[in-house]
Parts: sequence; C-alpha cells; structure tokens
Amino acid sequence: MEYFILLSPLLGACIAGFFGNKIGDKFSELITSLFVTIAALCSLIIFYKVILEGYENNIILFKWIYSGSLNVNWSIKIDALSSVMLVVITFISSLVHIYSIGYMSHDPNKPRFMCYLSLFTFSMLALVTSDNFLQLFFGWEGVGLCSYLLIGFWFKKETANNAAIKAFLVNRVGDFGLALGIFLIFYFFGTVNFEAVFQQINQIDTVDVDFLGLNINAVDLICILLFIGAMGKSAQIFLHTWLPDAMEGPTPVSALIHAATMVTAGVFLVVRCSPIYEYSELALSIITIIGMTTAIFAASVALVQDDIKKIIAYSTCSQLGYMFFAAGVGAYNVAMFHLFTHAFFKALLFLGSGSIIHSFKDEQNINNMGGVWKNLPITYGLMIIGTLALTGFPLLSGFYSKDAIIEFAYLRGNAVGYYAAGIGIFTALLTSIYSWRLIFKTFHGSYLNKVLKKEEMHESPMIMLVPLIILAIGAVGAGYFFKDLFIGYDSSYNFWRDSIMFLEPLSEEHPPTWFIYLTPVLVMLSIPFSYLIFIKNKDFLKNLISINQPLYVFLKKKWYFDELYDLIFVRSFKFIGKFFWKKIDGSVIDRFGPDGISNFIKYLSNKAVKFQNGFLYQYAFVMLIGFSILLTVLIVK
Amino acid sequence: MNIPILSSLILLPTIGAIFIFFSKSNVEKYNSSKYIALFISTANFILSLYLWFVFDNSISEFQFVENRKWIVGLVNYKVGIDGISILFIILTTFITPLCVISVNTTVKKRLKDFLISILLLETLMIGVFCSLDLVVFYLFFEGGLIPMFLIIGIWGGERRVYSAFKFFLFTLLGSVLMLVAIITIYWLTGTTDVEALYEIGIETKYQNLLWLAFLSSFAVKTPMWPVHTWLPDAHVEAPTAGSVLLAAILLKMAGYGFIRFSIGLFPVASDYFVPLIYTLSLIAIIYTSLVALMQEDMKKLIAYSSVAHMGFVTLGIFTLTQQGIEGGIFQMISHGLVSAALFLCVGVVYERMHTRLIKDYGGVVSVMPKYAIVFMVFALGSLSLPGTSGFIGEFLILMGAFKKSFFVAAVASVGVILGAAYILWLYKRVIFGKIINQDVKKLIDLNNSEIFILWSLAIPILFFGFYPEPLINTIEVSINNLIEVYNLNLENYMVKNK
Repeated sequence: MEYFILLSPLLGACIAGFFGNKIGDKFSELITSLFVTIAALCSLIIFYKVILEGYENNIILFKWIYSGSLNVNWSIKIDALSSVMLVVITFISSLVHIYSIGYMSHDPNKPRFMCYLSLFTFSMLALVTSDNFLQLFFGWEGVGLCSYLLIGFWFKKETANNAAIKAFLVNRVGDFGLALGIFLIFYFFGTVNFEAVFQQINQIDTVDVDFLGLNINAVDLICILLFIGAMGKSAQIFLHTWLPDAMEGPTPVSALIHAATMVTAGVFLVVRCSPIYEYSELALSIITIIGMTTAIFAASVALVQDDIKKIIAYSTCSQLGYMFFAAGVGAYNVAMFHLFTHAFFKALLFLGSGSIIHSFKDEQNINNMGGVWKNLPITYGLMIIGTLALTGFPLLSGFYSKDAIIEFAYLRGNAVGYYAAGIGIFTALLTSIYSWRLIFKTFHGSYLNKVLKKEEMHESPMIMLVPLIILAIGAVGAGYFFKDLFIGYDSSYNFWRDSIMFLEPLSEEHPPTWFIYLTPVLVMLSIPFSYLIFIKNKDFLKNLISINQPLYVFLKKKWYFDELYDLIFVRSFKFIGKFFWKKIDGSVIDRFGPDGISNFIKYLSNKAVKFQNGFLYQYAFVMLIGFSILLTVLIVK
Repeated sequence: MNIPILSSLILLPTIGAIFIFFSKSNVEKYNSSKYIALFISTANFILSLYLWFVFDNSISEFQFVENRKWIVGLVNYKVGIDGISILFIILTTFITPLCVISVNTTVKKRLKDFLISILLLETLMIGVFCSLDLVVFYLFFEGGLIPMFLIIGIWGGERRVYSAFKFFLFTLLGSVLMLVAIITIYWLTGTTDVEALYEIGIETKYQNLLWLAFLSSFAVKTPMWPVHTWLPDAHVEAPTAGSVLLAAILLKMAGYGFIRFSIGLFPVASDYFVPLIYTLSLIAIIYTSLVALMQEDMKKLIAYSSVAHMGFVTLGIFTLTQQGIEGGIFQMISHGLVSAALFLCVGVVYERMHTRLIKDYGGVVSVMPKYAIVFMVFALGSLSLPGTSGFIGEFLILMGAFKKSFFVAAVASVGVILGAAYILWLYKRVIFGKIINQDVKKLIDLNNSEIFILWSLAIPILFFGFYPEPLINTIEVSINNLIEVYNLNLENYMVKNK
C-alpha cells in the first residue's frame, strides 16, 4: 500500500516523461491522472487506518548514504502527521491532474506538463514520508526542482524563466539554512534519523555553541536554522519574493504547488520537529513573530494588487503566516488543521481563478474584468464558497481553523501571544476585504474587458468544473467534520499520538465570549463594507488613495523588497564577479603571473641579445672590468 | 595472482596506440584506427571492471602489487591499488572510450594522431593512479602533460598556442618543485617506495617544506586559487575530447595526490597547513563561482565551475574526517562525470553552431528537446541536487567540514547557492527563451552516438545519487585506515613534543 502511494506517481512521471511522445497526449494525461488517483485512494485508506487503529509503520526501502557514523536509508514513515500530508498531497494532486487535462488542452507540451506534475507529487511524498532529515532534504530540493520546471513551463516567456530561477535561488537560500541545521544535528546527535534525534534531545538542551562568533544555545540554533529553511519554502517574509513571481506558471501549478502542498512543507517541517522546537522558547518566539509579520505584510500587499493570481498568492503567503504563528505558540495541531483546510479552499480559489482566466482568454488583471457573474454562474458560486471559507465565515472550514489559531494565540497568555492574537484579528479583517475586492471586481460592476465581448464569455468545460466542485465540498466541510479529530479537546482520544510533541499540554480553557465572536463579526461586516467601497462608492476609495499616496505606492510596490534585493544581491554580485574576473584574474594574477614572467624573460633575453653584439673591443672591455673586480676582491681579502 | 593485471591496464592503450601508428588507414576515413582505439579502450574498461570485481574492499593493504627492478638500486617499478585508486582507474577507463566515440564529429584533422594521443594519455593517467613509487608517479604525472599539450596545441581553437604554453608552463613549474622534493626524500630515507615510506615516516622538521613543494605541483593541477588561470584558457581552446579528459581525469590526479602523498607522507605538515588549504578552498569556491556567473563563454563558465567544485574537494580532503574525505573522493568521481558531460554538451552545440558565446544561443529546447533533457540532468548534477551524485559528494564534504569548523562549512554552503545560480542562468540563456539567432532554428537534435555518450554519463550520475553504496563501500576501509594512520602519527608527534 505504502509502496503504491510513493511509487505510482513516479511511475506515471516516467511513462509520461520518456514515452510521452510515443503514447500520445491523451494517454499520458490519462495514465498520470490514474496513477495519482490510485495513490490518493491508497492514502485515504491509510488515513482511515490511522484514525481507527492508530496505524504506524516505518518501511526501510534500501540504503542510501552509509559513511562513517552517518547512516541514512530511503524510507517510508507512516504516522498521523504524514498520513494527513499524504491525503492532502495525493488528493489535491489528483484533482489538479484532472483539471489540467481541461486547462492545458491547447498546450502542445501536455506529456511534459503531466510528467512534471507527477514528479512533483512523488518528491512531495518522499518529503513527508521520510524518517530522516536527509530524505526530507531530498524531497525538499526535489519539489524545488519541480517548482522550477513548472514555473518555467512556458519557456518562451522571459518573465517565466526569470521567475523560475528566482524561485529556485531564493529557496536555495532557505535550503542553506536547512542544510546547516542538518549538519548541526549530525554534529550533536551523530545521526539524522528523526526518532534517534528526538530521543536524545533532552540531553543537549543546555549545550552552547559558538557560531560565527555568537555564543548561542545549540537547540535554539538548530531550530532557527531549520526555520530558515522553512521560511524559504513557505515564502515567509524576507524569503517570500519568489512566490508572487511564481504565478508566471500555469494556474494548476499554482494551485497544487504554490497553495496546497509545497509551500506548506515548511509548516510540516516545524511540526515534524516539534520535539526539538518544544525545547526552544527563543525559536518559537521568532516563528510567531515572523509568522504574524508575514500574515499582515502579505495581506496589506494583497489589498492593492491587480493581478488575480498575485492577490491569491499573497493571500497564500499570509495564510502560511497564520500556520507558522500557530506553530510558534505551540499549537502544532492547529497549524496542521489550518494547513489541511487551507489546502482545500486555496486550491479551490486558484483553480477557480484559473477557470476565470481561461474564460477571459488569459487575462489576469482584475481591472479588465467585471460584471460576468451571470455568464460564469458555476465558477462564480465556487469562488464565493472559496472566499467565504478563506475569510473564516462561520461554519465553513476556514472559520474553525483560523479562529482556533487566534484563540490559541490569545490563550498563550504572554505578550507575544496577545500581540499575535491582535494582529491575527486585524489580518483576518484585511483578508476578508481583499478577498471580496477580488470577487466584486471580477464578477460585479461594469464589464471592462476591451478585447473580448461579454457575450463570448462562457463557462469552463466539465472536466475543469468537477474537480472544483469536489474541492468546494472540502472547503465547506473539512472544518466541521475534522475539527474534533485535529484539535479536539477530548483527551481520551489522541489522533496525533507521538507525531507531535507537547512539553506542556495545550491550555483547555476558552477565551472570553466577546473574543470568540469578534473575528466572525468583523468578517461578516466586511462584506457589505467591501461592496460599498469597491462597487457602490468608488470615490471614497479614490479619496482614500489620494490622501495616502505614499502608503499606497509602498504597498503597490510590495514594500520594495524586490528592488532592495536586486540592489543588494543581484547587482552587487554581478559587479563583484566581473571585478574578480577582469581585474583580479586578468590584471593581477595573469599580468604578474604567467604573462608577467614570460614578458620578463623576453625582456631579459632582449638585453642579453644586445650584449652579444660582436664588437671585440666591448668584450675586451667587459673582460677588463671583470678582471679588475676580481683582483680588487682578492686584494681586499 | 599471476597475470599482472595493473600493468596490462597501463600498457594496453599504448599497445593500441602502436597499432594505430602502424595501421594503414585511409586518409579520408580513418575507420580502422578509430575501431582499434574504441576496441582497446573498451577492453580496458571491461578489464578495470573485472579488477573492481575481484578487488577485496575489506582490507586496507595495497592489492595487485607488482614490483619489478627498473633502475637497479635506485628505483623500482612498483604499482598497486587500494580502494581509493581503483575508482579513479575505472573513471579513466570509462571516460576514455566515450572520448573516442566523440571524436566522430569533433576532430576534423589528423584523427590518427589524435587517437594515439588519447590512448597514450590513458596509459599515463592509469599509471598515475596505481604507481607506488614516487619516481614512477612523477614520470606518469608529468608525462601526462605531453599528450595534453599536443591535444591543445594541435587540435585547439584560435589561441591554442598561447593556451598550450600557459598550461604547460604553469604545471611544469609547479612540478619541478615536487621533483626536488622527491629527490630530497630519497636522500633523507634512501627509498622512494611509497609503502616503505609510510613505514619509515619522514622526519617532522623536513615535512613542512616538502609538503609545500608537493602542494606547488598539486595546487596547479587541481587547480587551486590563485594558480587557476590556466584552466579556463586551456579548456576554451582544447577540443571537446581534450576538455573532457582534462576536466574529468587530469584534475583528479592532484586530488588523488593530496590523499596519497600529502596526507600519507606528511601528516604533521598536513595538520599544520590545514588553515591554508581551507582559506584557498573557500576563496576558490566563492570567488570562482562569482566569476563563473559573469562568463560569456560557455566553456569558460564550466571551467570556472570546475575550479569551484575542486575547491570543495580540497576542502573535504583536508577536513581529515571520514565524511570529508569520502565526500571529496565522491565529489571527484561525480565531477568527473558531470564536467565531462557538460563539456560534451557544449561540444555538441559548438559543432553545429561554431560559437561558444552564450548570447548566440537561446530557445534551443524548441529544436533540440532531447538535448535539453540530458543537459538538464547534468546541470542538476552540477548544482548538486539531491538524487544526483553531486549531492552526495558535496553534502558529505560539508558535513565533514562542519565537524571541524562551523564557519568554514557555512561559507562553503554559500557556494552551493552560487553554484545553482550560474548553472541555471547558463541553462536558461542557452536552452530556454525565444529563438533570436536564426542559426539556432537550423539545429538538429542529438544523433545516436551523442545520445549514447551523454546518457551513459547521465545514468551513473543519477544511479550513484540514489545508491552510492558501491562507491562508498569500495573506499571506506582504505579511508578508515588512512585516517587512523594519520591520527596515530599526529599523536606520536604530540607526545614527542611534550
């Protein structure tokens, strides 16, 4: 069963990749979708077994690296945590595979696309089923590679290529932290296996290390380094710049990789390492702060973006921030719960926006849309569901998970916790405003597209709508049906078992009633408010912008991160590279090294040539001088 | 063992070369000489695989030792292998037939002489990796210069003469000091037999100078910063097969030399000079990665990336930890495959377009999809993605380095980021994008022999990325022993000084 889950996507990828041209488009689409669907069914069975029987398994496939004391195997580890991830990955992936058949129907490179999607699924599965840090790293870089390939899938687009490289490199910066973290773990524990590391953790939690001149607690350092890796993959602030650009890829890719699965790998890492993080108060505080900063930063940027996919991308960024601050306040199970519900509604939103883009013939700017809700009734309805779920409208999935995060932050009881809860509520409000802005600008108001006539708009084919409907069901129900399982207060049944560790049990109190009602009320109020400012009374918005022009530009420019990084890293590195090459290699080493020496020898031999000019008197003169010098020396001695 | 298997490995290519020399091949076709070369080099590869098969990787002593009198009372012809050398021998015998196949399209004139040079070079390279006598080693080591000099100087590009001389002078100057050191060792100990020297040991007061003399030779060959500038020039001008042999094997002779001689013979000095090696390696990694980023010529870019990758190797070797040295050797093997493949990839398009400038390409994937796939595999190998052999090497090296110094490992890890930057940027500019240059449209995808060559390099890169056991098993015991002996020597020295 486990083998099936892991290997069938790989098999599908290989078939589509190597024989795609021979077996044809249809067949490659079919076979990859079929294999991933099989994996999804198997995952569901496993998930079911984990819920009912507490099933756990750790299969060792074969040896990978055995060097000295470093022993690493290829493995499949099944526990509660990985089973949740398995379901999310394979389920969303199979829907995205099917959706892609419709979405990519005009693309000439279908087998290649399906191959990448399946390969991605395989890498992601390898990541979550790992029983050691190294295989996790393999999956980690593997999904990075597939993300790179898929973002740059339309290789003729210059922007897509640049975005692909940017994604890979920014992730590499994160991976740099993760790799150092793994080295540090190996240094202290002598192993990189999760089990072994987690067992020894309480033996080294007081050891200090000297790192680049800083004296810092070893566990703190490990946690921070691992978190840097998580920040890269999960697009947290400072390392987030690749995610909005990644929207250059086809939309199904954005739904699968940049919303539901890959970007949550960072959250998964932190939760997986909860036994380590529990010993590091410092790292948890950093995670909380980074998480909530990202949440509010991304939400603020999403308010003013015009590209439909970029709005959703920033929204993803922001929601990932929520997951991190849940993990940061120690509520790992809540983080996983939000990851789970978020996968449904965010994939729904992305695929829905894909359906819109498809209908508008590749138009992505929401200023060129509007008023089409009657033409795209199903998409419209589904987008509304996605938006309601995302904003945390009562009884939909986002409501349960997001409110739980805010509550746990409040219950944490310290300054960071209260601060996080406040930010969380405010961000929820922003989330609601930008989401409704998207809906209203896309579907309501007047029709603003100049290229297509309104009558030409038509609904997407069924093969794209069916996956959307399934996701919508998830977006509605995932919260209600799974809340007891994931974050239930019932202490007699513990779904997570050993896969998540809490040093102290989570607080079982409830926050005050006004606090519980605050967020949903704000969220509900924001709907008419958004309608008012984005549709009814546009002058108000214009005034607001003109009053706060600098702030507006600041948000529009995404806090100037791209410009700053371009200046600090790209330009300066290019400059230094050129300097080293031309000046040091060319003008110093070669000039004084080989070329210098050979010129010097030429120079000397030229002199020597002049010396032998054939005039007898000169030879005699030199002889005389030499003789007299010799004589002088002898006499003086 | 009655058959002198190592000597057969060494001599077989030379015999092939002699055959080719006397073969009467048609001036236009050269078929017979090519088949002889191919047959001989493949036979040698199979022989080396057999050697690997019968090789016992559970003992650390030298195996298949042959000891013959040569210059009586002075030097013996002594060869033998351990787990470290055997991998390099196989790498050599593996790469050579691929080079022979590649000459099909790449060499236009005097093919017969070219094949003779390649086969002679193979003899010398194998000789380097199994000699157990310093003088024999020196002869093989320096002898390799001559065919390489000819390959660059005769079959090279426009500035071939300048590059050939630069290459020759740089390497020779370094090696002369090594020769002096070898003579000194003979005067000090009365022998140049490596095994005997391991037993006797060299007095510590001489070690530092001797170590530096060996370094001067190895540093140039590796090449380490700042004596690396010959490499880009040599690669740019060398014909494809020459670049391949240079990058895949000639550079590895120095890494091998560090392990076998610098560490083996001068443990105290090696310990003393570790900071120097770290510094030079880190400079090599960061500096040349940045330089590679800015290159406009594909071959130069790959040449600079070789310097950076070899920086990892020297770093790994001198961590003197199990992981570091194993990583170093693994990285050398992996880099041998990857860099060979990358140079072949450049060769493929160079033959069609006659330009190596990156800006002349773009959009190649539209016309050469097969090429794009296999090139991608090598690019990933070069940026050490997990699942390729490059990852195992680099990761082990960094792990080893981390044990010794956090700072060194952290700086070296930055090189991993830069490594991804330059190779992906190269790939993007060559393969992706719209077709701007009209000549690109006329490109024809890989032919069968090119597919064969490139995939036979790609498959081991992937295979050893997922399952490196066969390689690591082979070297494990030898390296264990190396480190044990090294630590023992150091301890003795410490005790004496107290």
